Formats: sequence, C-alpha cells, structure tokens
Amino acid sequence: MKWETVIGLETHVQLSTRSKIFSGASTAFGAPPNTQACAVDIALPGVLPVLNRGAVERAIRFGLAVGAEVRRRSVFARKNYFYPDLPKGYQISQFEAPIVQGGALRIVLADGAERAVRLTRAHLEEDAGKSLHEDFHGMSGIDLNRAGTPLLEIVSEPDMRSAAEAVAYARALHALVRWIDICDGNMQEGSFRCDANVSVRPRGAAALGTRCEIKNLNSFRFLERAIEYEARRQIAIIEDGGRIELETRLYDPDRDETRSMRTKEEAHDYRYFPEPDLLPLEVSEAWLAEVAASLPELPVARRERYVRDLGLPAQDAATLTASRETADYFEAVVAGLAEAEPGGERPAQAKAAANWVAGELAGALNRTGVEIGASPVAARALARLIARIRDDTISGKIAKEVFDAMWAGEAGGENAADAIIERRGLRQITDAGALERIIEEIVAANPAQVAEYRSGKEKAFNYFVGQAMKATKSKGNPAQVAEILKRKLAG
Amino acid sequence: MIDASISELAAALAARRISSVELTRLFLDRIAGPGAPLNAFIAVDPERSLAQARAADGRIAAGAAGPLTGIPIAHKDIFVAEGWPSTCASRMLANFVSPYDAHVIERFNAAGAVILGKTNMDEFAMGSSSEASWYGAVRNPWDTGRVPGGSSGGSAAAVAARLAPAATGTDTGGSIRQPAALCGVCGLKPTYGVVSRYGMIAFASSLDQGGPFARSAADLAALMNVMAGFDPRDSTSLERPAEDYARELERPLAGLRVGVPSEYFGAGLAADVAAAVEGAIEALERLGAEVVDVHLPNAGLSVPAYYVIAPAEASSNLSRYDGVRYGYRATEYDGLIDMYRRTRAEGFGPEVKRRILVGTYVLSHGYYDAYYLKAQKIRRLIARDFAEAFKGCDAIVGPTTPSVAFRLGEKVDDPVQMYLNDIYTVAANLAGLPALSIPCGFAGGMPVGLQLVGDYFAEARLLGIAHRFQQATDWHRRTPQSFA
Repeated sequence: MKWETVIGLETHVQLSTRSKIFSGASTAFGAPPNTQACAVDIALPGVLPVLNRGAVERAIRFGLAVGAEVRRRSVFARKNYFYPDLPKGYQISQFEAPIVQGGALRIVLADGAERAVRLTRAHLEEDAGKSLHEDFHGMSGIDLNRAGTPLLEIVSEPDMRSAAEAVAYARALHALVRWIDICDGNMQEGSFRCDANVSVRPRGAAALGTRCEIKNLNSFRFLERAIEYEARRQIAIIEDGGRIELETRLYDPDRDETRSMRTKEEAHDYRYFPEPDLLPLEVSEAWLAEVAASLPELPVARRERYVRDLGLPAQDAATLTASRETADYFEAVVAGLAEAEPGGERPAQAKAAANWVAGELAGALNRTGVEIGASPVAARALARLIARIRDDTISGKIAKEVFDAMWAGEAGGENAADAIIERRGLRQITDAGALERIIEEIVAANPAQVAEYRSGKEKAFNYFVGQAMKATKSKGNPAQVAEILKRKLAG
Repeated sequence: MIDASISELAAALAARRISSVELTRLFLDRIAGPGAPLNAFIAVDPERSLAQARAADGRIAAGAAGPLTGIPIAHKDIFVAEGWPSTCASRMLANFVSPYDAHVIERFNAAGAVILGKTNMDEFAMGSSSEASWYGAVRNPWDTGRVPGGSSGGSAAAVAARLAPAATGTDTGGSIRQPAALCGVCGLKPTYGVVSRYGMIAFASSLDQGGPFARSAADLAALMNVMAGFDPRDSTSLERPAEDYARELERPLAGLRVGVPSEYFGAGLAADVAAAVEGAIEALERLGAEVVDVHLPNAGLSVPAYYVIAPAEASSNLSRYDGVRYGYRATEYDGLIDMYRRTRAEGFGPEVKRRILVGTYVLSHGYYDAYYLKAQKIRRLIARDFAEAFKGCDAIVGPTTPSVAFRLGEKVDDPVQMYLNDIYTVAANLAGLPALSIPCGFAGGMPVGLQLVGDYFAEARLLGIAHRFQQATDWHRRTPQSFA
C-alpha cells in the first residue's frame, strides 16, 4: 500500500521583548539561575500579572504578516497543571479566544513550486522555567529565569505531506518571525521550538490517521529526521496489523528515534478557565493600523516584486528572501550595479547580483559562519566586482579569485575589486592580436589534437580552451578565446 | 481613648494630648491583656509597630501629618507586609515572611499609619466563622462561646473589643460584612476594582475585594480615602479620579429611595434579626428616606453560583502552594508527586481542601459547562437583577446575615449550613457592587447587622446613609462589656 504522511506543526516563538510577558523582569538569556525572576515570576502569595504591551504588539505583527484575523478581543486562560518549574501551578495562555485566528504561510518547495500552509491560530502565553537535574546531589534544581518569557504559539493546519515540506514551512516561519522583528530566531537558545503532529494514512484516504505529537525538535535537521522516523514507525505498526495510539513522543537525536513520553490516558486535564486576574485583551482599530503601518515589506511581497520587476526566477527570489538581511543586501548590490553601469539592463544586472549573492557570497558566509550583515565584502563592493565581469575587465573565473581576496581583506572600500585587479594584474587579455598569436602557437604545437578535433571529436575543443587559459593565466577573454579557436581549428 | 473615632484620635495626636507611641502601646497592651482570649491576632511585633509609631510622631511634630498618621491599624493576615509573617492563617504559609508590601499596606504606610499586627481569619479566607485557622478559632467579644463570623473574624473582633481603632479585611462572599454584623462593627466591601488586590493573597480573584472595618461610617470613609486608588500592578484595578469618600456624609436622606427586596426577608431569616432590621428601616424612613419594594428574583441562586465560581478560582489560585519554592514542605516524602501530596495534605486544612476539590471538579473536562459556565450565566443574571433594582432605588437595604453569631463548633461539621450564612452577602460580590454592614440592634444580646448595597461606585452615598443613621442611633457605640 502507498502511504501518505500528514504533518501539522506547533511552533513556540519566543517574542523579543526586553521584559517578561506578565512582569518587569528581564528576558535576557544566560544569566545565573534565578537572578531574573521577580516576585511575580516565582509566584509569591499576592502577586498579579500585568500584560506586556510589546508582546501583544508582536503577536499583532505576526497576525497581520500572515493575513490572519487579529481578534479585537481575546481572552487569557489558565492552563492548570503541577510541575516544579511552573511556579503558579498554572500557565497563563489563551484557549478559546486566541489573539490570532487563521491566516496562511506561503512556502516555496525545493522544485520552486509554491504553496500555502494554513494556520489554525497563534496565541500568547508564558514560558515555564527549567528543571536542572545535574549537580544537585540527587536533587533537582529549578531555574525560573525563563519563567514568564513571552511566547507566541503558532499552530498550523495538518497541511504538510512530507518531512521536506514541514522543514520548508518551519524555515519560512523562522524567516518570517525574524523578518518582522518579533523573535531573534536563535534555536540553540530555544527561541524557536517546533513540535510536530504526525500521522499516516493510505494515499487517497480522506480521513486522518491517529496522530502522535513529537516534542524536542530544536533544529530543522532534527525536525526532518524525527518526522521521517515517526512516519516509518507508524507505517510499520499499521502494516503489522497494529494501531497507532494517540500519544506524545520525544525525539532522541542521539539514537535518531522517537519514544513515548505520555499516552492519552496519562494526558492532563488542564481545566482551562478564563484568567480572572487579567481583563479581556482589547485591540483597537487605531493600534492595529499603527502596527500595520510599522510592518516592513513582507517576504512574499518582495519575492513577487523580484520576479515581476527584476525578472528573477521564482527559486532565486525565494532564496534571496530567506531573510530580510539577505534581501536588503541583494537590493543594495542591484542598486550598486545600476549606479556602476547606468545604461545596463535591469534584469541582467539583477540576475548577476542574484547569482553572486546566492552563490559565492552565501558559500563564503556558510563556510565561515558569518552573518550577512557582518559580511567582510560589502554590497556596493560586490556590485563593483560584478560590474568588472560585465564590462569584460575580468572573467567570471578571475572574479572568484578577486572575491576571495576581497573576503580576506586584501583591499577595502567600494573599489576593492579594482584595486585587487590592478595590484594582481588580473585584467583580461582582450587584445585580439595577442590572443591570436598565443592560439596559433597552441594549435601548431598540438597537431594530434587538431586532427582529433577535425575528425569530429568536439571534446578536443575543450583541451584547446584549457591550453589557452593556461597560457594566458586565465586572463584570456573566454568568448574571444573560443571565437579565435573555432576559426583557427576550422583551418 | 479606646472609644475615640479616627478623627478624634488624629486631633489628640495633633494636639499632642497623646503620642502615636503611647497610642500604639495602649492597643498593644489591650491585645496582649484583655484581648488575648479572643485569639484575634496571628502576629504582633511591638518593636516594629513602635518604630513606625516613633516615625509617625516625628512626622506629626514636623507638621506633615495626614488624617491617619500615627493611627494604629490592624491588618487581616491576608495582606502581605514586608518583614511581617503573612500566613493567611494557614500552616502552608506559617513560615512565610513577605519580602514585599501589599498595595493597601503601602498606602497605609505612606499615610503614616502604624501596623498594629496581623489578624486571625479563616484559612485562605475560606469560611464564615474564623474557626478554620491554623492558629485556632477567633472568639466573639460579645460572647466568647460564639464565633465572630468570618473570614475576617480577627479584624472584626479586634475592632469590636477595642483592640484596634480600625482594621482591614477582605470580602469574597461576605467576609467583611458578615463578621462586622456578628461583632457589632462597621465594614465596607467596595466596588470590585476600587482597592488593589496586589499583595492581597488570592482566594477567588474575580470576587476578592479589600475593605475597612471601623466603629463608624465616618471612620470607614477616612480609611477608604487611604485604601482606595488605582494600582497598575493589578490589572483589575480601576483607573478613576481620586474621590473623597467622606463627601456625602452630611447629605440628608430626604429624597433617598431605599429598596427592600422581599427575597431577603423570607424563610431562614431569624425573627429577632428581622425585627431589628425592620426597626432600622423605619429609622431611615424617619430620617426622610422613602422605602420602596424591589425584586432580586435570582437571589436564591447566588449561593450555589458562588460556591461554584469561588472554589473554581481558588483551586487554581492555591496551586502555587506546592512546597517547591517557599512555605510548608512535608518533611518526609518519596519523590516529586509524593512531595506534592504530603505537602498539600499536611499544609491545608479541611475547608481549604474541600474547596480545592469542589473547584477542581467543576472545572474538569465534561463538567465545566454544567457547573462553571452555568454559574457564570447566573452571575450575569444576578448583576442584571441589581441593575433593574437600581432603576427604582438608590440603595438596597436588608439584613447582613440570617441570624446572629452562632456558637463555636455549631456549624463546623455542616458546610452547607455554614455557606448559607452568606446568603445575603454573596450577591454583591458576584455583581461587583459596593456594600456595607452597620450595627442596627441586638437579638438575644448579640449584635445584628444592617446591609446596604449600592450601585457601582456608590460607596460615598452608602457611607452617607450609614452616617446619618448613626447620627440618629447609638448601636454602633455599644461596647461588649468585658472590653469597655
């Protein structure tokens, strides 16, 4: 039987407010245990929550960015359960009336196909503290620094059909929350955490299978592997005649498997009820309009603009809008190119800029782990380098050498490329007479290969290109070299 | 001096006829001496109190005194005060010393008042007799074989026995008004949101409201002028312009329409209590008030609705007492779950456990709609009844309680009988309305309370009605014999 995997994601996004969602304590990561936990966070008798306006504003930004309904009136609720790192014995969350309802996230798959993943809701809630099970001589320690950190829990519909799609969704969501400045996106510090609801069903079936919720997916790689493992596990059980139990499972990255955490029978009755210490949250039209006006151009809009106005292929546009920093950098390169060659064709300039930003630059950033905002090669300097390829001063191959030298800091400023080209003498040989002489010598020195070429072995042509480049130290203009070679070999 | 009103005390302090230190010592001595058998206080700390009194004397000498500067005030042990034990009469918090002040405490401190001590109460304010205390039952100064009412029984008894000129309390279903009635003193529950709940240990958040106890309506007004006020740390605190709660004290009653709901005079009301209340209503009429009939058709539903909503919120509010971070923790346990079980089994008394169980039940999956949601609907109906009633009257008048103080132990084993003591008081909490109780007579030698319920923010009007009544009567001046 052919099986189909169905996936929905619940993502906890830590909102980038300086203070907590219901208290004035700092949310900064990495402080010594319990130094950022005030009376409200440790739930002393008599304390009360006060809602952080900045957290609400970030939730509104998200709602607007995904085209969701931002409720004018939402309600906080208590989710009751006992755990040592949950100081009040309940978590303040939203249940029946979340602030963000609906919406969709548009994702681009590896083949360039675009699709929308529907969102169920997004609601505000507070994070719990952390239990520390080491270093306490058989006892557990509790660190409440994280308790009360604002979270936006974003719940998708079960719209994804493969681990790859789930990862594409998670990446797009990750990019979006950073793009609109509501989350720092730091997955190591837990600022962006995914739980996956996974089920399988025979391909073509309408009904959903029984799902398992997988927790502890703190990287895109773990997300992908956990879903793949879980789908295989479920299929194997069903094919063996078994049934899937509704349960929560934990992904263990060391063993690359999921294991049961709690079954339905062990599930809590959270006894949700409206939080009486907080009034219903009202969002005025004026506030909504103010937040809408403060939103940057969104990734989807930019993507469409790149395709429409700059003629970029959809896949390039998607890659360049993976983060706002990348998109901004790309646009600065395009602007620099337009300035360097005023009469140039925009789509060609844009395509060249796209190739460099998504290619050589992205590669260098990846290799070194540097953020694009801190790139040693500034956008305008890269634009000048690209301009030198386009005006035939250097070849694409030489340009890579120049780029590496710029990356290494051999020259600085906007005109770094020119300085390096001059200093290293990398200017292309475009003197037709000089090139003709060099090529005549090569042709004369290789009669056997000439004969091969003339007998119809086109591959031999590449041998001559290689020889010509070697002789010119790669500075021969590739188009000119090819043209002269063709002429000479035609003999 | 022990019978003096707050304004008389303030005048004596200002004229240096007495110092705050002397006044504070006077009341501390009464608490330790004749007051001791009442068990009205959980904590006194003479050193701390006298230090505040000395500071107040300095302020008076500097001419910077306010109306409450140097006046000793007893606080229900539900308000946390920095450096003071703040126990809520529970074993669970017996070792808890607060690192911060409640908003109410801050306001009194800023006004220069002296914290005289922390008063005894029903554990976590759950009870109507002040018997459910880890520190033992409070006794009624009029008859020490009887209860003072609850849950703010310690505060009411302290004011009645002249152990304190005034006190604070909290009222979730009648916990100020009922003990005020049973002890023959005055108590006001303000409109929900007028007094900040910050630092007031939560019982049922949507119902809890702090308020004052005193021997006269005029004193209640003076206390409200300090206690009330917006507090950004309580999201349910109302941001309104400051008001003078004494502004209507001298307003005549001519033209006042007092509504008498027949529902409050039916079966269950003791005849001698009814007689005293009817006498008080006639007194109001003589003062110029017009008596009109009003109806509160859903009054009978208020106790059942209350005993769903209050335990539901309490079951959640009390989850923080888990032995993890502060307060009581069982000494022996085997693992986390056992630690929770033993800590809460040993730390809470039976009435608190009963309400946690009820509250947990009514919020549980499958029961929520039938209990909690239905109770919330009733709550809205009750608020609507009052809104209708206030179209035809300015205040609703009736008995505060169905009977006078009962004997210690009489209702301990019968929670439903105990709960029915709140029958006339809980509706004001469910609707969030202001209400007060003042002494209006005696039945069998025990005080009877008259309840006045007003529309939202009508505290000053209620205090005015009470004040005119007290100018014409002397029930509020009566003192229990052993404490005169």
